[in-house]
Amino acid sequence: METEITTKKELDHVFTVRDVSVSYGDFTAVKNVSMDMFKNNITAFIGPSGCGKSTLIRSFNRMNDLIPNAVVNGEINYQGINLYDEEVDPVQVRRRIGMVFQKPNPFPKSIRENITFGLKVNNMTDNLDERVEKALTQAALWDEVKNDLDKNALDLSGGQQQRLCIARTIAVEPDTILMDEPCSALDPVATKKIEDLMQILVKDFSILIVTHNMQQASRVSNYCAFFTTKATDDGRRTGELVEYSDTKTMFTNPSESLTEEYISGRFG
Amino acid sequence: MNNNSVFAETKKERELKELAFLSILYFCVTVAIVTLMTLIYDVISTGYSRLFNDYELGLISKVTIDNPKDFLTSLDSRDPLKAGIGPAFAGTVWLMIIVIFATFPLGAGAAIYLQEFAPKNKLTRFIELNLTNLAGVPSVIYGLMGLAVFVRLAGFGRSVLSGGLTLTLLILPVVIVASREALKAVPDTIRQGALALGSTKFQAIFRQVVPSAIPGMVTGMVLGLSRAIGETAPLIFMGALTYVNYYPDTPLSGFTAIPIQVYNWIGYPQAEWKDTSSAGIILLLGLLLSMNALALIIRNKFEKDW
Amino acid sequence: MYKDLNLTKTKTKPLESVVKFFITLSAFAAILISIAIVFTLLTEAINFFQDPEVTIREYFTATRWTPTFKNPVYGVLPLISSTLYIALIACLISFPLGLFSAIYLSEFASRRTRKVIKPIMEILAGVPTVVFGYFALNWITPNIVQRFIPGSGVFNAISAGIAVGIMIIPTIASISDDALNAVPKSLRMGSLALGSTRRVTALKIMLPAALSGIIASFILGFSRAIGETMIVTIAGGQYPELNLDPRKAMYTITSSIVNVSLGDTPHGTTAYNALFALGITLFIMTFVLNIFSDYIARKYRKEYEQ
Repeated sequence: METEITTKKELDHVFTVRDVSVSYGDFTAVKNVSMDMFKNNITAFIGPSGCGKSTLIRSFNRMNDLIPNAVVNGEINYQGINLYDEEVDPVQVRRRIGMVFQKPNPFPKSIRENITFGLKVNNMTDNLDERVEKALTQAALWDEVKNDLDKNALDLSGGQQQRLCIARTIAVEPDTILMDEPCSALDPVATKKIEDLMQILVKDFSILIVTHNMQQASRVSNYCAFFTTKATDDGRRTGELVEYSDTKTMFTNPSESLTEEYISGRFG
Repeated sequence: MNNNSVFAETKKERELKELAFLSILYFCVTVAIVTLMTLIYDVISTGYSRLFNDYELGLISKVTIDNPKDFLTSLDSRDPLKAGIGPAFAGTVWLMIIVIFATFPLGAGAAIYLQEFAPKNKLTRFIELNLTNLAGVPSVIYGLMGLAVFVRLAGFGRSVLSGGLTLTLLILPVVIVASREALKAVPDTIRQGALALGSTKFQAIFRQVVPSAIPGMVTGMVLGLSRAIGETAPLIFMGALTYVNYYPDTPLSGFTAIPIQVYNWIGYPQAEWKDTSSAGIILLLGLLLSMNALALIIRNKFEKDW
Repeated sequence: MYKDLNLTKTKTKPLESVVKFFITLSAFAAILISIAIVFTLLTEAINFFQDPEVTIREYFTATRWTPTFKNPVYGVLPLISSTLYIALIACLISFPLGLFSAIYLSEFASRRTRKVIKPIMEILAGVPTVVFGYFALNWITPNIVQRFIPGSGVFNAISAGIAVGIMIIPTIASISDDALNAVPKSLRMGSLALGSTRRVTALKIMLPAALSGIIASFILGFSRAIGETMIVTIAGGQYPELNLDPRKAMYTITSSIVNVSLGDTPHGTTAYNALFALGITLFIMTFVLNIFSDYIARKYRKEYEQ
């Protein structure tokens, strides 16, 4: 069900989502999603597994285009432009909206080349070395690798690899970063480092994060969207947006009973 | 109750059957290994002298070749003691070069298209079906096709170019399949990671996926090449069997190749030719061994552990 | 951040279009090659059958193949019979040896043993057929066939058959090994847990489960035996009449193709066209077998994919 955003401040919207559903063939993964997301905030998608959070977030940078029979219905507006308009080029979209994946996926190249790849592809080839340093610094990785830039990225630890992936994403200067469960493959120490990193990054970027870890959402995010699955007529389960509000409200005084049950751990 | 004795008997019986079966298995495996060893031993023992030592003709006279490497550089001859594999070696090298230059772009290109760009429709399935069938066509048929298409239709004549192109077509299906496997081995997360950074599909594939797959593709190429080098039948139609006793100087010149030369020598009845053919075989096997070793080195040194 | 948004398409670079065009073409080359093969074989074969000297009836029923005689007879029957005969001998050797080697490798051998034996099989598979031909003529014939089977000639079908059989062992062994390995380990565990022996498990559980792949390997091996050229040409001899005595020479389709092209056969002569008639006969035989092998593998493959 839809909820009105109970914000008092005048904030800029970065995403406006109206009646969005995503389906694969005849299976609807998630539906009835409407919400507004705001610039320079961390918005978390939470909920039990299988409710289409990852599917939904992949619609925001048109990565769903890569799946043969995926269909996105409804409107996703990015700073006023409908992302699924015919004139819009998915490649350009992904240059402005970056993505960090669940399992770190650095290229099997050197640390430096991992970052310069994105820069070259986006024609940002001036001052390469400076850009590399800036990105690694912003990702809180520079001190650890500054003397080993030519080392193979696969030699880094899992947490370092993920920060490298964040570094190469921010190197191409997007406005928004999508993160699909970025810490689920990492140990608690590495997770904390990335959560701290997010608090710093949000000053320059808008961040959307999918997480199945409620505590992480409450620690890190400003806004939360809670999803759950509902059974459909043909016996399958489709994801739906249940409630969307600022994090404090969601965790202390949620409007929906389902939300309250999830927060208090009665299911999930 | 005679439980113990009943079980004991059955156990012995059973163990006997197991042993008998295992012996059969060992035998079967051994046949293959023993054949290989016998072959190698026979070839080396008869041909060794022509390559490395003085050559003795036994009863009649003792002939010494001052420089055994003469075998590698001499021309063919009616005299089994003087016959060398020079022009055939050169012909094989020419063929290798032509095959490499023709096969690698075609094979890699086709594999990249089929694995990364081709839509999953009937046309693609048809292409893949063709490839599977072509891999099973006897090599002599490729020779016939090469005769009609390259020697006559394209006008290249009975030349090393015709031979090289025919061999290319012969090994192309195998090289394409091997290259596809190399591309398949690159995890999809690499493609996704590149795309998420805003690269186009083309950039993601040619700047990330293909470079990672290159070692596997080169290995496939080397293995295909080693097959091409050992082939005799397809080249027979290129006139490679007439008495060619010169080094090829242009792609359009006539030629002979190591397996063809060996085939010639095998056909001569005099006993001394056996040693000469053995020497040629040693060279051929040595060449193949080096190529396979090269493929192994490339695979071990460069292939990634995802 | 938040620069002006321009999300419209960038132009594709011309280089990308060229490369895409080239790789698409490369993939379609597969179809082109098939067409070339069928087309050249067909057109020249048709020329052959339209030649006044040749009748289809004679082609399929005459019992001699003598294209170079004064009154040439073009009967393919002796060639087909020889081809099948030698292929049969080869299969008698390779099917059991190959299959049991596969059973050994997948059911009994330790990992270390596998690591030794599999490469040996691969080496055997890489030996050029001309080398096998040499081995058949110079070693198998004198040491095995002529010693143990009286009345054998220097060129005989048994030697050729044995050598072809050994050459095919790696094919049968590796495909059957793959088929056996594709059967889930849980089946093996279940059988052993019930108290059966490794022999019984291998023969009664694993073998039947992998049967479709194994049979496919047999059919493929048979197809390769039919298409084999150099071994039979070197060791099988030339005996142009219908002959059912394996101790004597036998003349296969492939060796007759080789021998016809050895002589002077200018383009356009009946003998030249005969090459292609033989070619298309051979092509059809192997093609049908390959399709059949693929069909068996697919249709009867038990679905084990999880």
